[in-house]
Amino acid sequence: MEQTVSYTLDSTLETVDHAEEKATRIATELGFPEDEVMQISMAVREGAVNAVLHGNAYAPDKKVTLAFERTPEDLVITIRDQGKGIDLSCIPNPLAPENLLKTSGRGIFLMRSFMDVVEIRPSKTGTEIKLIKHVRGTPAAGKEGSQ
Amino acid sequence: MSMKLSTRQVDGVTIVDCSGRITLGEGSVMMRDTVRDLLAKGNKKIVLNLGEVNYIDSSGIGELVSAFTTTKNQGGELKLLHLTKKVHDLLQITKLYTVFDVKEDETAAVKGFK
Repeated sequence: MEQTVSYTLDSTLETVDHAEEKATRIATELGFPEDEVMQISMAVREGAVNAVLHGNAYAPDKKVTLAFERTPEDLVITIRDQGKGIDLSCIPNPLAPENLLKTSGRGIFLMRSFMDVVEIRPSKTGTEIKLIKHVRGTPAAGKEGSQ
Repeated sequence: MSMKLSTRQVDGVTIVDCSGRITLGEGSVMMRDTVRDLLAKGNKKIVLNLGEVNYIDSSGIGELVSAFTTTKNQGGELKLLHLTKKVHDLLQITKLYTVFDVKEDETAAVKGFK
C-alpha cells in the first residue's frame, strides 16, 4: 500500500461493502493480525453505513470519501460524507438499559470498541470520522484514547 | 457470501438455519421477512441457528433484537443457537448476550420452550 490511498464512492449500499472489502485488504496487507483485521473492517463498514445512510441519505449527488493512511505508528482511516453533519448530542448510549432493545444506534459504539482512537467531526457540510488503529509493537500501541 | 436461510420443524419448534452474513441490506431483510412470516403462520417457537453465520454488523444485531422483541410481543419465544465466536463476542460487548436466550445444543433449545 502507498502511504495514502483515497476513494470517492457513491452513496449506495454497494459502497458499504466496497469500503469493508478495501479495509480488509489493506489491513491484511499491512500485517495486522486476523482479529484486528476483522475489527478494522467492521469499524470501516459501520463508518460507511453512517456516511451513506445517515450522512448522505443515499443522495445520488453526494459522495463518500474514504482514505487510508499508513504512518509509522498507525493505520489512519478517514470517512467523510456530504450530509448535514451528525448531532453528537443526540447519540444515545446503546448500553443503557432503556436502549438495549433498540434496533439501531450501535454503529459508533462498535467503531469505538474496535479502534484505538475514534474522532468524529461534524460540520454543516458533512461529517468526518477518523478511525485510528495502532500498529502493534509501536510506542503508540500502549496508549489508548477515544473521542 | 450472502445470507441463506432455511427452516425446519422439530417437535413443534421452528429451527431457522442461517448461514453467511447478516448485514445491512439483503441479509437483514431476509431475516426480518422470515421471522415475520413464521409468526404470521402461527409458528411462535423459534430457534435461530447462527452456527454458519460468519459475519454480522450493527444492522444485523438490530435485526436479531427486532426478531426477539417481535416474537415476544406476539406471545412467542425466540432462542439463539450455536453462536460463532464473532457473533458471541459482539453480543457480549453490546450487552445483548444476557438478553437473548442462547443455547449451545439443539435438543436443549427445543426442550427449553414452555
